[in-house]
Amino acid sequence: MTDSRYKKLQRIYVVVILLVSFTPLFLLGGIMYYQVSKTYRTKIEEQIRYRVISQADTIDLFLKERTAILAAIADTVSFNQIINEKTLLKTFELINLRAGAFVDLGVIDQTGQHRAYVGPYDLKGLNYYNQPWFGEVMAKGLYVSDVFTGFRAFPHFIIAIRRQEDKNSWILRATIDPDIFAAIVRSAQIGKTGDAFLVNKEGLFQTTPRFSGGILGKSDIDPTAYGGLTTINEEINSKGEKRLTAGRWLKNKTWLLIVSQDVSEEMGSLLKTRNQEIAIILMGSILIILTTVITTRYTVSKLKNADARMNELNAQLLQSDKLAALGKMAAGVAHEINNPLAVILQKTGWMEDLLEDEAFQKSKEIEEYRVSLKKIEEHVERARKVVHNMLGFARKMEPRLEDVDVNQTLKQTISLLENYARLNNIELRAMLSADIPIIASDQSQLQQVFLNIISNAIDAIGRDGLVEVKSAVNHSTIDVTISDNGPGIPEEQQKSIFDPFFTTKQTGKGTGLGLWITYNIIEKLGGSISFHSETGKGTTFTVKIPKVPPTEK
Amino acid sequence: MDQFRTLVVDDEEDFLVTLVNRLKKRDIDAAGVKSGEEALDLVKKKLYDVIIMDIKMPGGMDGIEALREIKKIQPLVEVILLTGHGSVESSIEGMKLGAFDYLMKPIKLEELIPKMAEAFEKKNSHEQKIRTARIKELMRSPLRVLNEP
Repeated sequence: MTDSRYKKLQRIYVVVILLVSFTPLFLLGGIMYYQVSKTYRTKIEEQIRYRVISQADTIDLFLKERTAILAAIADTVSFNQIINEKTLLKTFELINLRAGAFVDLGVIDQTGQHRAYVGPYDLKGLNYYNQPWFGEVMAKGLYVSDVFTGFRAFPHFIIAIRRQEDKNSWILRATIDPDIFAAIVRSAQIGKTGDAFLVNKEGLFQTTPRFSGGILGKSDIDPTAYGGLTTINEEINSKGEKRLTAGRWLKNKTWLLIVSQDVSEEMGSLLKTRNQEIAIILMGSILIILTTVITTRYTVSKLKNADARMNELNAQLLQSDKLAALGKMAAGVAHEINNPLAVILQKTGWMEDLLEDEAFQKSKEIEEYRVSLKKIEEHVERARKVVHNMLGFARKMEPRLEDVDVNQTLKQTISLLENYARLNNIELRAMLSADIPIIASDQSQLQQVFLNIISNAIDAIGRDGLVEVKSAVNHSTIDVTISDNGPGIPEEQQKSIFDPFFTTKQTGKGTGLGLWITYNIIEKLGGSISFHSETGKGTTFTVKIPKVPPTEK
Repeated sequence: MDQFRTLVVDDEEDFLVTLVNRLKKRDIDAAGVKSGEEALDLVKKKLYDVIIMDIKMPGGMDGIEALREIKKIQPLVEVILLTGHGSVESSIEGMKLGAFDYLMKPIKLEELIPKMAEAFEKKNSHEQKIRTARIKELMRSPLRVLNEP
């Protein structure tokens, strides 16, 4: 597989894993947020509904209380008593003590003439006959006014009670302290954005709102949008902020209590939760992405390594298959060559025999004949050796297991080659581990292996160099490495060096069977042979021999 | 070297004729045949000292088979197996059947003749032993005859 295909595989893994991880994560996050915000919203609505109801009740109670007190007074005193300023003052002080929030108290006769007054303004003697509320109270007997400015030119509202005394009527009228009343209304407002105020049927402010507008100003509340009980509206202002407005008509049906609040303020903690959730999801996402990328990269690299190893194994398998097939063929060929070689050798021998006859002795060229025949014999011998090596090897293919001291075998091999090496000024250096155990193997075959590799190393160097022979114990093998500082094996030759008849030596100097036989012997012994070569630096052969204990042979 | 009677068996005519000629030239009594069957016919008619036998021969009888049959007729004759085929099985089989040696082609005459001589020596000493044993037997038997009541 090429690099780009591994990259593509990695990408597919990452995308699939991320999709599978993120889809439920985001879905869960979204659903949770939606549910929580819905719950929050319901809670906020409930809160504001409760607030407007309870506050409306409070205001109703406040008005009812004041109305009741005034009615009780009006019902128990006579006109003559109440127009006495002293009595009126005492009554005023008494009701302020008991209930409070009264600014002034006045008595008006049926002609609208203000007959008695207690309070901060100078209103005595004014005639109210033309005031709108005067008609109302004369008709209904009880009247709570809207806020108006009236004679005192200051916004206020009054409670007026008509008393029927014999044939005459008189009116007890009190002004409610607008500040106290406004404070009661405003107590329903909460937080930084909350507001609470009253509007009348025309939508005019009856108390001063917290934001935008003053008393008696036109509010943006449309009273018709508020029904019988409690109504909650949501509006979005120009800044895009959501604002909840709850309205409830007071019992007198003339005033509408409005409590409003920005949703965002109450939703603040929800927003905090949402931000926390987003942060957790973000962190989780980063973790997932990192983990996915790292593990995928790791897995793909493992896969790549495994593939590479498998390819290598396949190549080795191919190599050994190839060598086995070549070996069979070579052995077959060898058999067929031996017979003609035998004939050639006999024929040359016969010719030599004949040359000894007298007739031929006189020939001028007899020496030439003799030399030529010798040459033929030499080359038959050369061919015979090749074939012999192959057949000899074939005969020896079944290894004989015996106790083998690998170090001893190496030493013997080195001593065999020492002279040859010295002649070429090549040092043979042995660095043998003292821990090499005796193993069950085939000594003569191992010797053949070492002999082939070391003599190849010497031949590769040519003159002046170093061949190092090392032995070491591994977990399950004994490793023998043979390194030379020769010219190295050219890359294009590296894949053929174990092939039979492959040689780089001069014609006639090498059969090209050495490494092939070596390879086959090591395979048969259950070991392995490999090499590493760098042009200009040298070659290292590593032979791994299975560490079979002598008892298991 | 004593004169010894030799038979060469090989299906390769060029090899057979040349080898026989060269042996004759060295005053060795040599004959050649091209198959195991022919060899068997000759063995039935004439005594040999040494037989040089190829193993792989086309036709009915190969060298190993011929060796087995010849040994039945002339147990004392020494057979040298000479083959272009080196196989462990055939060599073991041959040695088991009493072959003197197992040699690989091509072989120089200078190497072959000493082997033949060794084989001849062995055959001679073998015959000598048998003869001695027989003489001893003969010498003992009249006594035994006499001793018997």
